[in-house]
Amino acid sequence: MYKQMMKLFLLVLVTASSSWVSAADTIKVGVLHSLSGTMAISETTLKDTILMMVKEQNAAGGLLGKQLEAVVVDPASNWPLFAEKARELIAKEKVDVMFGCWTSVSRKSVLPVVEELNGLLFYPVQYEGEESSKNVFYTGAAPNQQAIPAVDYLMNDIGAQRWVLAGTDYVYPRTTNKILEAYLKAKGVKNEDIMISYTPFGHSDWQSIVSDIKKFGSAGKKTAVVSTVNGDANVPFYKELGNQGISAEDIPVIAFSVGEEELSGFDTAPLVGHLAAWNYFMSVDAEVNDEFIDGWLDFIDDDDRVSNDPMEAHYIGFKMWVEAVNKAGTTDSNAVQDAIIGVAVPNLSGGIATMMPNHHITKPVLIGEIQSDGQFDIVWQSSGSVPGDAWSDFLPGSKDITADWQAPLACGNYNVKTGQCSGQNYE
Amino acid sequence: MVLSLACLLTLSVSADDAFTTAVNGLKTRSFADKYVAASQIAATSHPRADVVLNALLSGNLFTQRRSDLVVIATSLDKKGYRLIDAISGESLGEVGRRGAKKISVNNGLRRQLRGLIAGRQLSHEDSRLRLEAVEAIASSGDKALRSVLINRRLVEQQVAVREAIDIALVVFDLDVDDNLIRLAAIKASSDNLHPTVRVKLTNIANDQSVSTDVRSAASEALVNLETLSKRYQMVETFFFGLSLGSILVLAAIGLSITFGVMGVINMAHGELIMIGAYTTYVVQILFPGAIEYSLLIAVPAAFCVSGLVGIVIERSVIQFLYGRPLETLLATFGVSLILQQAVRSLFSPLNRTVLTPQWMSGSLEIAQGLSITYNRFYIFFFALLVFAALLLILQRTRLGLEVRAVTQNRSMAKAMGIRSTRVDIMTFGLGAGIAGVAGVALSQLTNVGPNLGQGYIVDSFMVVVFGGVGNLWGTLVAGLSLGVVNKFIEPAAGAVMAKILVLVFIILFIQKRPRGLFPQKGRAVED
Repeated sequence: MYKQMMKLFLLVLVTASSSWVSAADTIKVGVLHSLSGTMAISETTLKDTILMMVKEQNAAGGLLGKQLEAVVVDPASNWPLFAEKARELIAKEKVDVMFGCWTSVSRKSVLPVVEELNGLLFYPVQYEGEESSKNVFYTGAAPNQQAIPAVDYLMNDIGAQRWVLAGTDYVYPRTTNKILEAYLKAKGVKNEDIMISYTPFGHSDWQSIVSDIKKFGSAGKKTAVVSTVNGDANVPFYKELGNQGISAEDIPVIAFSVGEEELSGFDTAPLVGHLAAWNYFMSVDAEVNDEFIDGWLDFIDDDDRVSNDPMEAHYIGFKMWVEAVNKAGTTDSNAVQDAIIGVAVPNLSGGIATMMPNHHITKPVLIGEIQSDGQFDIVWQSSGSVPGDAWSDFLPGSKDITADWQAPLACGNYNVKTGQCSGQNYE
Repeated sequence: MVLSLACLLTLSVSADDAFTTAVNGLKTRSFADKYVAASQIAATSHPRADVVLNALLSGNLFTQRRSDLVVIATSLDKKGYRLIDAISGESLGEVGRRGAKKISVNNGLRRQLRGLIAGRQLSHEDSRLRLEAVEAIASSGDKALRSVLINRRLVEQQVAVREAIDIALVVFDLDVDDNLIRLAAIKASSDNLHPTVRVKLTNIANDQSVSTDVRSAASEALVNLETLSKRYQMVETFFFGLSLGSILVLAAIGLSITFGVMGVINMAHGELIMIGAYTTYVVQILFPGAIEYSLLIAVPAAFCVSGLVGIVIERSVIQFLYGRPLETLLATFGVSLILQQAVRSLFSPLNRTVLTPQWMSGSLEIAQGLSITYNRFYIFFFALLVFAALLLILQRTRLGLEVRAVTQNRSMAKAMGIRSTRVDIMTFGLGAGIAGVAGVALSQLTNVGPNLGQGYIVDSFMVVVFGGVGNLWGTLVAGLSLGVVNKFIEPAAGAVMAKILVLVFIILFIQKRPRGLFPQKGRAVED
């Protein structure tokens, strides 16, 4: 028994020291995505994306003459654990950069850690905005890169005049709907033409809400639903819409969290024609996208897998980081933070993504209609790239706030009216 | 030379070429231009016009990358496509995933296409297809098709189709500038709850350029529609409540047996429901050709599978913990986690797609503007059926007699020669089996995934405690009334608030009547 314990202890010691030795001659890339628990469905794919990018980069000769090494941890969909694992990655594993998080609450949990330890985090998911940290790079869409253009499309191209804002009851839908409500009112939409409804996580009894939407939509004006309903609850929602005879042609639903990955678990028949707004679709017609998908299917060795928007965000984020490290000549956090602003890399839809001084990136906005095969047909595309806006112009609290991490200002929440930087903890 | 060539070209523009040009016109990016091309195709008498239009509507029309031909593609399981030339109908062989590019369709175009196809279908010999065509034209709202309908009205023999055309024409007439036609149309549609009618009437009532008598007639008709729909709304909400209630009853009734009869707090009850739902999934995988009957097979299958799992749980864990409710609670909670993880590793953590049979989708229209979705309708009756069957077992069979005896007084029943261990096994298996049957019903309403059960366990306990532990009638009344109350609060307070209010209500109610609506009678409960 004692002997066995000693053996085990020695083994641990050897592995620990070997990873310490290798730290000297590799550049470490931390991957902070849930591999178990409720978010594993979405986040596992992102871990694989980073592993693929690391492998490709190593095959192309590595970075600064060194090989990259991915360090994968599992925060298990547990928000406080995200902070612990982030600390472990930066302090113990000494990673040079982290790619991770999905939900806003997990990002908020990691935020104080990366700021304290001066790490780097690339966050790949669309979110509610109202944040800009020195140490975080937001490669997903801010509300003005997804929600606002989607509403514009419905207003101008579909002619929607009445609005249902339906969402799951948590921070992302609540903030997004607050921004959208303010935006719609600024566009002259009256209060009685907006209906807001929140449902609990995993809601499955949609009869009353769908029937309400139906009634709301028969008041003589074209009605559209803007859905921030999260993950699972979408299936019974769309099923009920189909069963109550509401087709996408009568009342279109535009969703911000339904992508190719989510659709692969759905029976897509009742969804055809409904919309989604993203910055990338697997069906984008571009050579660089074809190459990426081929590489991905090859890497994962399964032809049934799909690519999606957060994967593209990680692709862009990784390329930007590589570019910035090459430019700075070091992986030092401060040097990379300075070097990355203004870095431009190709995105997967044939355009260019640029890192802005507010740590958000430029993105094209695409609107797609769901097809029976679980893919999207792109029906609208912004004419150029839209730069991400950290602080919404439509909320009274954040109208006067800007973020600029370049030299003279170097502030994530600068109030242009009072001329003050209110510090990292602005809420 | 040039002149003669031009002459030749104009000469060769026959009907076939008009079709060819129109089909090639679909390659444009603009949806408006695609509609023009599609209506040109619909106007030709080419034999392949219907095929091409239908392919476009269903998203099977592609362009071949290499030759830029318009083709009809069938997907070969994500590996590539089999192509057929859209114009000639000749096979063009197979290409890879990137060999063909889809001609995209949006909602607006899809609606217009339905109208165009319906316009062609209007002269079909099958009267059912003609009826469908009239409906499609009415909802497409394409004004160009009004004359097509009028022409058909003149030659149509079938009375039902003629009536449908009349109703559809009323919708079109609401837009006609002639005041007399409009007034007549408004009058005719004052009890028509079709959404397009309401949209059009509201537009007329708000349109300043329309004469005042037409406008006031429209507002009057709207008021009429409003009262009508209010009345229907009450009925609808009541049904929604019954439907939600029937699901609660289904989920809770198995628990009512195990909890009520044996006093076992079974936290794994939700997972037994989940196993039933997964059984439905497996049945559909095993019999891919019989989706329509899959639920009928799944009900007994789920009863057996969940029942057996229940018996295994009873024999391996619960039998050692009788009379120790806290330990049972913890142990069964552990069992529930084990079952969830087992399903995760066996099937994957992703949700599984359970298909809905044709007869369960869509809705039953009771009156215009009042319809009930089929899946909820059937599940309501299914719940009642399960309840009746269970009642029959408990009241009319030997097992039921023994179960009731053990519930009322375990030691006295033992003294009378009832083998209480066997009764325990059978009762637990029965309760678990019923949970599995509930899972089959739930697979039609919600996501089939490892977490399915967790969403229902709290609700189930709520119903059982509210109804009175160990009383089947209590469970039925409690489930249905909680459902109805929930649905009547929901429009006013929102979905989240409604749940909270119901919970608060139950807590207060339990303070007043700790034994629930229908308290159990008998000597055992007195102590």
